[in-house]
Amino acid sequence: MSKRLMSGNEAIARGAFEAGVRVASAYPGTPSTEILENLVSYPDVDASWAPNEKVALEVGIGASFGGVRSLVAMKHVGVNVAADPLFTLSYIGVRGGLVLACADDPEMHSSQNEQDSRNYAKFAKVPMFEPADSEEARSFTRLAFEVSEQFDTPVMLRSNTRISHGKSIVHPQAPVADLPAPGLLRDPAKMVMLPANARDRHPLVEKRIAAVADWACTQPFNRVETGSGKIGVITAGIAYQYARQLLPQAHILKLGMVYPLPQPLIRDFAARCETLYVIEELDPFIEEQVRAMGIAVIGKELIPICGELTPGRLAAALHGSRPAATYVHAEPLPGRPPNMCAGCSHRGVFATLKRLDAFVTGDIGCYTLGFLPPLSAMDTCVCMGAGISNATGLIKALPEQERHRVVAVMGDSTFLHTGINSLIDMIYNGGRGTVVLLDNRVTAMTGRQENPGSGYTLAGIESPPIDLAALCRVLGVQHVEVLDPYDLAQTEQVLRREMARPELSVVIARRPCMLDRRHGPEPAVALTVIEERCSACRICMKLGCPAISWQQDDQQPKALIDQQLCSGCGLCRQLCKFEAIEVHNAR
Amino acid sequence: MHDDVRNILLAGVGGQGTLLASELLSEALLLAGYDVKKSEIHGMSQRGGSVTSHVRFGSRVLSPLIDDGQADILFGFELLETYRYLPMLRRGGAVFANSQRILPAPVAVGTASYPQEIQEKLRRACPGTHFVDGLTLACEAGHPRTVNTVLLGALSTALDISPAIWREVISGKVPAQFLQENLRAFELGRDSQADAPPAMQAAD
Repeated sequence: MSKRLMSGNEAIARGAFEAGVRVASAYPGTPSTEILENLVSYPDVDASWAPNEKVALEVGIGASFGGVRSLVAMKHVGVNVAADPLFTLSYIGVRGGLVLACADDPEMHSSQNEQDSRNYAKFAKVPMFEPADSEEARSFTRLAFEVSEQFDTPVMLRSNTRISHGKSIVHPQAPVADLPAPGLLRDPAKMVMLPANARDRHPLVEKRIAAVADWACTQPFNRVETGSGKIGVITAGIAYQYARQLLPQAHILKLGMVYPLPQPLIRDFAARCETLYVIEELDPFIEEQVRAMGIAVIGKELIPICGELTPGRLAAALHGSRPAATYVHAEPLPGRPPNMCAGCSHRGVFATLKRLDAFVTGDIGCYTLGFLPPLSAMDTCVCMGAGISNATGLIKALPEQERHRVVAVMGDSTFLHTGINSLIDMIYNGGRGTVVLLDNRVTAMTGRQENPGSGYTLAGIESPPIDLAALCRVLGVQHVEVLDPYDLAQTEQVLRREMARPELSVVIARRPCMLDRRHGPEPAVALTVIEERCSACRICMKLGCPAISWQQDDQQPKALIDQQLCSGCGLCRQLCKFEAIEVHNAR
Repeated sequence: MHDDVRNILLAGVGGQGTLLASELLSEALLLAGYDVKKSEIHGMSQRGGSVTSHVRFGSRVLSPLIDDGQADILFGFELLETYRYLPMLRRGGAVFANSQRILPAPVAVGTASYPQEIQEKLRRACPGTHFVDGLTLACEAGHPRTVNTVLLGALSTALDISPAIWREVISGKVPAQFLQENLRAFELGRDSQADAPPAMQAAD
């Protein structure tokens, strides 16, 4: 195949296909989502969305037990969810090679933290590759499966936003042929990790990581680029590109495998340089190990530990200055903050919770945007599934007269991810509280992926959607109600009643994501403001709908609805006390 | 080695087709024989947020990110976004700007103002700024959604890429039923620059 431009995620999928992956499982998470979205299009790969990353990894492990190569993908915080099987898998090893691709998000472009997933490799004692561009994303993924089988270990591949969502040239190769046929094989000493067996496996893990470290010293993915002068740099991943560009004369040891480190190679390199830098994004992961070898380096005392390591920030760290901006704005510029779409089914729920003065323990999804003004209707957000369990703990802490204000809010995909367990705890341990499930029948924020409630799999096959109301009743919730979040009167009536009730209730706000064309055609109706009836009370502005603007330049300011953006949901019309908003025309 | 690398920064509002334009641009540069890298942040495009794409090309490209004051061309799909990213432009760089305004939410709700006289400010910062009436030309081509292709046509006058390559790239990415209007849009954009002074200065 000829060279092509690919994103890092496309390239990882390509590398997995070339390596003969047969099973792939993941949970959507920016910036990793497109890995599985691409892999599903290749022949002979069973690629599916799991409800969460732990399940995804366990599915991959099962496939490995059956003797086929499997790929599991997730964002950095997803590794936290998958950590339990990961650590024990390190002891078990593999039959079919297993690669865990994780994508970090320095600068938290769309995440709740910027943890450095390289630490997992050292903690779980598994090798980890880190590509510096899309071609390495492809070739390292492919190689990772060979390493996995050769050394009997799961292998991690760590990407980040710049690699996953950037495009660069890739040289696709022909896929492998003649992989061994799958089948059942008993090997309890390897696959059943009760203590007696696990005790025998741990020393093997230590030997294995040392063997990989030895082997890595002679592999092309760890290479020295000889420069001139006295400065040496040890670097990996995207940081390599910036270091190479900013220091064209430096000697560079570029690590393609960031764990385990090729210690003899590093010692040899260090001996040749007068001043040695370690240039890495986020944690001093490489730096601390190099220092522990007794080698003096300059690292995080200079290079920022927080945020993305951009070329500008690296230049500022190394040279004391960064390229100057050629133009400075005289005035502050209005931003373009993200917002829920016009017609989003979450908007009415948040507007109502705000009116009812609820204290909202929230969660992760499109609905997290309910935090933003003017809705400003989310008070906590920690991690997937925490909305409900945070509410349980908060209610336990509060005096009786405040408890009724706590409302947990969570989306359908988040609920299926880990929220069910949180709800079980709330029911089981003396449950009270009001839980609102925002059921828009899709995993929306990451780009509208399927989930067990959407009715389809990743491959587009129909799959009976889980009935969330029935599930809650079966778990033991006495008060389960389904409402239409486009009906503000019903929404307020139900939420007010359930918040006041000193028993556990689940309110399911059900309406499909308005972007999803499977559940209905493009909205045909737009609303409009009847100017002579508009009293300028601005109550409609409280919705924060992107289709509604305020005509402040007019003599008598009025609300204005953008006909192109309006989806006709009708929330503003319900709020308006002056009947100043009407249906305009059918499109 | 990286000294011949040139940088194009695309800036627009989600939904305008900025990312598709950067796809087409990157593919055209690839076919023209360059090493190409591009970089962007996904996710805000659906939600009407600010969208930028960094495209770098040359014989060997290292960083996928353009630094402050390093863009050779600022390619703006909306006036405020073009103005916002002016600090990314290098001295002597070129600006191609769509003359469309899309009000951001703070302006729409009345808590901020759209900056005055942006076109003037752009001209003062970059005297050769090329303004393109993207929406009018897109409608002439057949549909307002072809704005991004009109703008790409205008930008193409600053690059040494053959029309055949552009045609191949557009045909490869655009669905068949929209192909004719997009090819027309590209031509209209390109022709709108027919009398403009040369855009690209020699790389320093």
